[in-house]
Amino acid sequence: MWNSLHQSFSSILVLIFCLFSSPLHAALDIEIFGGGASQIPISIIPFAAEERLAQSVTAVVRSDLQRSGLFRMVDSVSSIPHEPSEIIYPDWQMRGVNAMVIGATRLLPNGQVEVRYRLMDIAKQEILISDMETVSVKQLRAVAHRMADSIYEKLTGDIGVFSTRIAYVAKQGNRYALKVADADGFNARTAIEYTEPIISLAWSPDGTKIAYVSFENKKPVIHVQTLATGERRAIAKFRGSNSAPAWSPDGKKIAVVLSKKGGSQIFLINSDGSGLRRLTKSSSIDTEPNFSPDGKSIIFTSDRGGSPQIYRMAVAGSASRVAERLTFEGSYNVSPQYHHDGKNFIYIHRNDSQFNVAIQSLETRQVQLLTDSAFDESPSFAPNGKIILYATEIKGRGILAAVSSDGRTRQELSTQEGDIREPAWGPLPKWRRKF
Amino acid sequence: MRKILSIALVVLLSACANKTINPDGEEGSQANTGAMSGENASGSPTVNPLVDPTNILSKRSVYFEFDEYVVSDKYKSMVLSHARYLRDNSNLSIRIQGNTDERGSREYNLALGQRRADSVKRVMTLAGTQDSQIESVSYGEEKPRAVGHNEASWTENRRADIRYQGE
Repeated sequence: MWNSLHQSFSSILVLIFCLFSSPLHAALDIEIFGGGASQIPISIIPFAAEERLAQSVTAVVRSDLQRSGLFRMVDSVSSIPHEPSEIIYPDWQMRGVNAMVIGATRLLPNGQVEVRYRLMDIAKQEILISDMETVSVKQLRAVAHRMADSIYEKLTGDIGVFSTRIAYVAKQGNRYALKVADADGFNARTAIEYTEPIISLAWSPDGTKIAYVSFENKKPVIHVQTLATGERRAIAKFRGSNSAPAWSPDGKKIAVVLSKKGGSQIFLINSDGSGLRRLTKSSSIDTEPNFSPDGKSIIFTSDRGGSPQIYRMAVAGSASRVAERLTFEGSYNVSPQYHHDGKNFIYIHRNDSQFNVAIQSLETRQVQLLTDSAFDESPSFAPNGKIILYATEIKGRGILAAVSSDGRTRQELSTQEGDIREPAWGPLPKWRRKF
Repeated sequence: MRKILSIALVVLLSACANKTINPDGEEGSQANTGAMSGENASGSPTVNPLVDPTNILSKRSVYFEFDEYVVSDKYKSMVLSHARYLRDNSNLSIRIQGNTDERGSREYNLALGQRRADSVKRVMTLAGTQDSQIESVSYGEEKPRAVGHNEASWTENRRADIRYQGE
C-alpha cells in the first residue's frame, strides 16, 4: 500500500507507474482494499455548475487521486449524475466502477462558493461521504485537496497527504530560493532568497517554521524562519560550522551539528537558540541527526567505524549513551530519516557508484532499495509514511522525485529552468493531526 | 618606478585572476588586502606578501585525495609559512574553508570539508599559531570552484582555502 505525492511544478510531470492496469472485479467491496498491486476504479463526475468557476474542483481531486497511483479513473460517457438518484448503477457496475464522486457547486451572492459532494459506493449503492463546504474562490484548490484526502482515507484506510505542503530549494544561476508549495507543486512561493547556498530544510512539527542552513555569513549558519511572518533568526551561529538541523517531535528542541568543539558533533539546542547541550562525543564525524517519533532517540550518520553508516543513540540518560550501528550493507549509508511508525527508516545507500534511496526495518534489519537512479539524496517521508520525496538528477539537472515506500510507484517532478533540490515534506495540517 | 608599476600590475592582475576563478561569492577580493601593504615607515609602498605572487603566502589552497583529509607534505611549507606569518602578526586572523566534491550527501560532505579545514588548522596551531586566530569552517560541496561533473572538477574541489580577514 502506498499512495501519493504530487507536483505538477508548473510544467513537466512525468509519471512512471511500475504497476498499472490490473482492473478489479466489478463488484468488489471497495472498503476491503489494502493490497499493493491493485487500483480502485473510480469515476469523478464534473460537479454541477463547475464550469462557471475559475478553478475546477473535480480536476484537482482527480489529479490528486491519480497521482497516488492507487486509483484508476473511469470517465463518464453519457450520463452526468449530480445526485445519487441520477446514478444508473447497473451501467456503472458494468463499466467496472467501484466508487463515484458526484456533486454541485453554487456561486453565492457574496462571492463565496458552496461545494457539495458525495462519495458513492457503486456496488452497494450507498453514500460513503456526504459533505459541504462554503469557501472563497481562492480556496477552491484547498477544498479539492481536503475532498481528495477524505475520499482517499475512506477508500484506502490510510491518511491522505493532499493537503500538506512541501519545501525545497530552487537554484537558478547563483540565486537560491527556499520555496514552499502545496503537495501537488501548486502555489509555490518563495520564503527567502539568497545569492548563497541554502541546504538542509527541516519543518517544525507544527508546520509553522522551517529551519535551514545558509551561507550568507561566509560559513554555514542555522536559521529558523517563521513562514507566516517571514521573521527569521540565527539559532546556531557558533564559531566554525553550524548545520543539519532536526526538530524534536515536540518542537521544543533542535538537534544541530556544530564544529565549535572540533570535528562535527551533534548538539541539542532549544528552538530559540538557548540551552546548548552536547549529545555525541567522538573523534569521528557525527552528523544528520533525526529524531525517533517518540523523541527518545536519534539516528544519525557517523564514520566512527571507518565508513559513513547509520547509528542510533538515546537522547536522554547520559550514562549509557552508547550508539548502536544500524546499517551494515555497503560502505556508504547516509541521511537517515525515521518512518512515523518508528519501526522503519530511510536513508541513502551507495550502490557501486550509484546513490539510492533505501528503506530498512529496525526490527529485522531487512533492507530494500527503492530507487535505481544515479544520484539520489535528501530523502523525506510524507507524513503518512507512504511516499518518499527525494532529490535526484536527470541530464545533469536537479529534480525532485517521489517513490512509494514499497518502491512500486515513482514520479518525477522538475521545473523548466534551474535545479530543484533539498526537498522536505511538511507535517499534516493542524486540523488533521491525530497526535 | 617602472618596476613598482609592473609589480602593482601583477598584483592587480593576480587579484583579478583570483576573483574570476573564485566563483564562491567572496566579497573582498585579494585586492582588498592591499590595506595591509605600505605599512613600513619608509613611505614607499611595499607589496603585500599575501598577494605577492612570488611569495609563498600568496598560495592559499591545500588539495586532498578522495576521502582524505591529511595535509600532504607538498603543502606543509606553504601552510607553515602562513602559521609563521600569523604568529608574527597576531592582529591578523584567517578562516580556513574546507570543500569537497559533489558526490554524496550534502551534510556529510559539509562534515568532510570541516575535517579538511580542521586538519589544516591543526598543522598551524601545532606550529604555534594562536587558536583564536583561525576559524575553520566548511562549504562542503556547496561552493565548487570547478563546476564540471568529472574527475578533473572533483579533484579541484577537494580543497581547503586560507582566507585572511577582510578577503
